[in-house]
Amino acid sequence: MTETGFLGAALRSRSLVLGAVLTAVFVLAAVVSFLWVPHDVTAMDIPNRMKGPEGAHPLGTDHFGRDILSMIMVGARTSIAVAVVAVGIGMVLGVPLGLAAAARKGSLLDEVIMRGNDLVFAFPSLLIAIMITAVFGASALNAIIAIGIFNIPVFARLTRGAALSLWTRDYVMAARVAGKGATRISFEHILPNVTNLLIVQGTIQFSLGILAEAALSYVGLGAQPPLPSWGRMLADSQTMISIAPHMAIFPGLAILLTVLGLNLMGDGLRDLFDPKIRRVGR
Amino acid sequence: MSLLEIEGLDLDIHGEAILKGVSLAVQPGQIVGVIGESGSGKSMTAFSVMQLLPDGAMCRGRVTLGGHEMLSLPEPSLCRLRGNEVGMVFQEPMTALNPIQTIGAQVAETILIHEDVSRAEAMARAREALERCELPEAKFPLSRYPHELSGGQRQRVVIAMAIALRPKLLIADEPTTALDVTTQAQILRLLRRLVDEDGMGLMLITHDLAVVADMAHEIVIMRHGEVVEAGPTGRVFDEMRHPYTRALFEASGHQPEREESPRDVPLLQVRDVVRDYALPRTRLFAPQEHFRAVNGVSFEIAKGESLGLVGESGCGKSTLTRAILGLEEVQAGEILLDGEPVFTGHRPNRDVRRRMQVVFQDPFGSFNPRWKVGPLVAEPFHLLRDPPTGAARDAAIAEALESVGLAAEDRHKYIHEFSGGQRQRIAIARALIIKPELIILDEAVSALDVSIRAQILDLLADLSARFGLTYLFISHDLSVVRTITDRVMVMQAGEIVEEGPTALVFDAPQHDYTKTLIAAAPVLPERGAA
Repeated sequence: MTETGFLGAALRSRSLVLGAVLTAVFVLAAVVSFLWVPHDVTAMDIPNRMKGPEGAHPLGTDHFGRDILSMIMVGARTSIAVAVVAVGIGMVLGVPLGLAAAARKGSLLDEVIMRGNDLVFAFPSLLIAIMITAVFGASALNAIIAIGIFNIPVFARLTRGAALSLWTRDYVMAARVAGKGATRISFEHILPNVTNLLIVQGTIQFSLGILAEAALSYVGLGAQPPLPSWGRMLADSQTMISIAPHMAIFPGLAILLTVLGLNLMGDGLRDLFDPKIRRVGR
Repeated sequence: MSLLEIEGLDLDIHGEAILKGVSLAVQPGQIVGVIGESGSGKSMTAFSVMQLLPDGAMCRGRVTLGGHEMLSLPEPSLCRLRGNEVGMVFQEPMTALNPIQTIGAQVAETILIHEDVSRAEAMARAREALERCELPEAKFPLSRYPHELSGGQRQRVVIAMAIALRPKLLIADEPTTALDVTTQAQILRLLRRLVDEDGMGLMLITHDLAVVADMAHEIVIMRHGEVVEAGPTGRVFDEMRHPYTRALFEASGHQPEREESPRDVPLLQVRDVVRDYALPRTRLFAPQEHFRAVNGVSFEIAKGESLGLVGESGCGKSTLTRAILGLEEVQAGEILLDGEPVFTGHRPNRDVRRRMQVVFQDPFGSFNPRWKVGPLVAEPFHLLRDPPTGAARDAAIAEALESVGLAAEDRHKYIHEFSGGQRQRIAIARALIIKPELIILDEAVSALDVSIRAQILDLLADLSARFGLTYLFISHDLSVVRTITDRVMVMQAGEIVEEGPTALVFDAPQHDYTKTLIAAAPVLPERGAA
């Protein structure tokens, strides 16, 4: 696969381009928010509260008169940070566990790892998050840890499944004949060949992370005030929904579009990495 | 009038010319062998007849099947013809059947799609089709699932599906390539019987000249999407007008030149080796059951010798290979290389391991697709205590690549830039780089086209002479073993049943199993004698 061929195929994939553009818009918003926001997100302006979209406030203001556009921009920062770190935790811990389980398939180690994963899977993710925040207190950091833990079995299972089929390949046998041990083979031969899958799953877990953060903040267990968060903006707006619907619509749209963008991107990447689908070209 | 007539068929896929002016005809009751190497367009010719072509394909020319112009028919009419007028058998019986449907349901499906009959009647006719494919009711009821059958039996089910509606034409695309020799002989006999009984035309696609030699009435030889020679089998073998036909014929029976060397010092000694596998427990507290894959195998290979190991799938060849390479421990017996055990104290002995290497069958699966050729070839350096680095390493990689006929610069390329034959050369370079004494060739040429196979066999013979290599040549292909080995062993169900000098074993086999194997192997006619 040449670089230009890969890029060419990427640009031909409609879902990938649309997903990447949507994702890029929100990443850009988060980056720009560090340098500049239209209004200070903590500045209250009671006389102008619950204003609909207008010149000075393109997306209107909330019940304290804060600028919704600015809050969404800073909220993107929170969402992305939580999701990135949570996916990172899942990958850094889950992938080696999956590789180890596959390398020692059928052994006690494999059983312990996979049954441990089943245990984590068996709890609803939100319940784990609520448990953690209930014990350690509500904060963005605890939300990250909670969402990250739930990501571990996802990556461990994915890695193990893909690695098992790779272990039967002749090049792994050749590496064994060359005297390489299981750890070395896992990192030199198995890991590079599961990266595609991990990137695709990472994108999808990223979107789930954003949803989970929004859900935690919605119930008040995520990022704490005054740090803006999309989930809490939704929670704040629900009592005002009939008088100021824009307060719910815009953060809701932000969540929807980011998650949609990431999912489209994940789908597009999966198609791109799968040569069978790519050849058909869509 | 011919049953199938292809005239001046051109096929482009995404603008690339795949077939160029292909013409051939099949008469009722006739077997036409279509022969070519990979990429010759032989399968695409078959798919053009069925009009089952990939996206972006453009056909020009004429394909007439029993009076129907296949190229201009709309899809619904084509669907009525497929399965009804023309049946197809594929190479891989393992994937051609749906694993969650019974064989009866799968054969009956073809009938139910094309004819307005009751399910019971379709099942009755499926029974009859299986019967005709020599799968008797007593042993193979309709309720069997594909996983309960062997490869050859599955291929019979696939054939039963294809002939259930008694089509006028049967297209078989490499129907026996994935099968063992004895099974291959049975399937070919079955196909011939069906042609005789039904007066159906058979288009038999294969890369193996010997398979069609004593079976086809006519043969068509294809290369690069063109027909280079066609005619009655006897005449084609007699005349061989086209140089490619001669080249193909010579490559099929190619005999590499090998030098004799003194062989009295034993290099590898295998004594009474037993290898058991634990079977899954059927009940929670049932005693552990074992499957004995290798049962008391003993043999020796002398330095510089080339020993062949022949046997059908499941006979324990691969298990024995892994034991010799020290990848798995054996339950009894010992394996010594130059007097030293390959396994000491439950750990593989690295001093022994670095003196042997292996070349696998599949030129596509043998390399990590994300590595460049340089590191791939250098991988066995891991076995050395003091592997070369920097310039010495580069020089060793260059030397290994050059000794197999590739360029030193090839180390900067990725593996997908090479053809199957070149990849097998790279696999040999990887085996050579640590200068081993013993190389195990595990079906190393089985996946290659005949002309490439001849080149690789020459290379192996040349390398053996240059570096004093010892080969253990494992294969199911008797003709290849015959050309490159000094001695041969025949393995059946985990045991060596016959052993002796190659020529002697092939000319005067003693054991019944060896006789069956040799009788089943298709042979090429002598040049001009056909």
